[in-house]
Amino acid sequence: MNTWTIFKRELSSYFSQPTAYAIIVIFSLLSIGLTFTFGRFWDYQDASLNGSFFWWHPLILMILAPAVSMRLWSDEHRSGTIELLGTLPVTMRSAILGKFFAAALVWLLALVLTFPVVNTVNWLGAPDNWAIFSGYLGSFLVCCTFLAITSLVSAFTRDQVVALIVSVSLCFLLTICGIDPVINELRRSWTKESVDLLASVGVYSHFQEATRGLIRFTSLIYFLGLITVCLIGTNLVLKSQRA
Amino acid sequence: MIEVNSLTKRFGHKVAVDNLSFSVKKGEVLGFLGPNGAGKSTTMRMVTGFLPVTEGSIEIGGVSMIAKPMAAKKKIGYLPESAPLYNDMTVKGFLKFCASMRGLGGSSRKDAVEKAIETCFLQSVAHQSIETLSKGYRHRTCLAQSLLHDPEVLVLDEPTDGLDPNQKREVRKLIRNLGKEKAILFSTHILEEVHEVCTRAVIVDQGTIVADGTPEELTKQGGGSLYDLFHKVTTSEITAA
Repeated sequence: MNTWTIFKRELSSYFSQPTAYAIIVIFSLLSIGLTFTFGRFWDYQDASLNGSFFWWHPLILMILAPAVSMRLWSDEHRSGTIELLGTLPVTMRSAILGKFFAAALVWLLALVLTFPVVNTVNWLGAPDNWAIFSGYLGSFLVCCTFLAITSLVSAFTRDQVVALIVSVSLCFLLTICGIDPVINELRRSWTKESVDLLASVGVYSHFQEATRGLIRFTSLIYFLGLITVCLIGTNLVLKSQRA
Repeated sequence: MIEVNSLTKRFGHKVAVDNLSFSVKKGEVLGFLGPNGAGKSTTMRMVTGFLPVTEGSIEIGGVSMIAKPMAAKKKIGYLPESAPLYNDMTVKGFLKFCASMRGLGGSSRKDAVEKAIETCFLQSVAHQSIETLSKGYRHRTCLAQSLLHDPEVLVLDEPTDGLDPNQKREVRKLIRNLGKEKAILFSTHILEEVHEVCTRAVIVDQGTIVADGTPEELTKQGGGSLYDLFHKVTTSEITAA
């Protein structure tokens, strides 16, 4: 019940300020714009969104997702409302989930609003719409993972800029350690096992399988596990700060 | 209503509150006095369940804040020292949110919000964004959220801080009236407020209670001046040093 109340408050906070609108517009412009320019959508001659559209998502999200959630807890610390929240009859777990789900819904909306790309491929050819749906699911899971990481980082600090910088750095590391150019470079000097291990830690290997229509159980465990660990970590950090 | 026994709070090696015990009954307004850093806010934060206690017990209306924090928190209304608010909300929106968090819904929520707005004289700013409010209105908005669920216990951390003389008078009158039906624990730096509002007062210094009594008893102990008593019991260490 209180999770729902906090969820509604957070959601109205996103939409009463320019944050949500800015994020939705910038994400739509970047993801669609990159698809038709650097994504070389027309050159592929293939009714698929795998390489031209979805490939960019982790790169965009590693910056924009922390921008949405950097304020989750740092703002509560800075304004002192954490004290108010801590004395209301609500568990910290409910508050964390309410805030996380609200941020996730903003991103779900941003992803849904890229539908013109899906319309375009369906108009041009006969794409595998299951692969497209699974690609969107992969994007959403990457996004939720980055939001959860930022939630954890923002619990440590009252400074939103610090929360943003640290979160973007962590998300950047998780993104590049699975990206093809980096993996190919590392294969020259590292052993195959080490490179495979590093790739499995990064989001790209799990995400790219999803964009091909293949959602593995291990990938689901990877994303949901990271999200759960970060949200439990947020709870522990918030509790330890009061001890 | 409030029963605090042997309450201790340590932050690392620093003892912020040291074996503190006191109680507040229904119909009592207990003034919590002390210099800065005496442990007043830390005690209040433990009583309201924000800070975990190191040792000791706290009971609110017979419910342990340590064993059953959710049930105990329902019985308390709390005004934190800095009167924190969500700046992106309107006064009414914020009060509605707090009422929902307190489990109120439908017409009972609407009535509670209207009553709190009226009690704290917020009618003129009810639809205004909190960001644009003056300090006095911010304080009263935060006070209003503490009254929404008509709690048995009120914990007010410096409720008159930052208010103009007229607002101070109104808030003191409000606390006096509320004190007839509730148990109120409130901290202040303004010693005049003790005579005006409190039925009893304690002076806290370095985490321990150094004086306890009715305003008249404390004044007597100070040789006719509460200021003298406050000075005497809270500066002994400074003098010794």
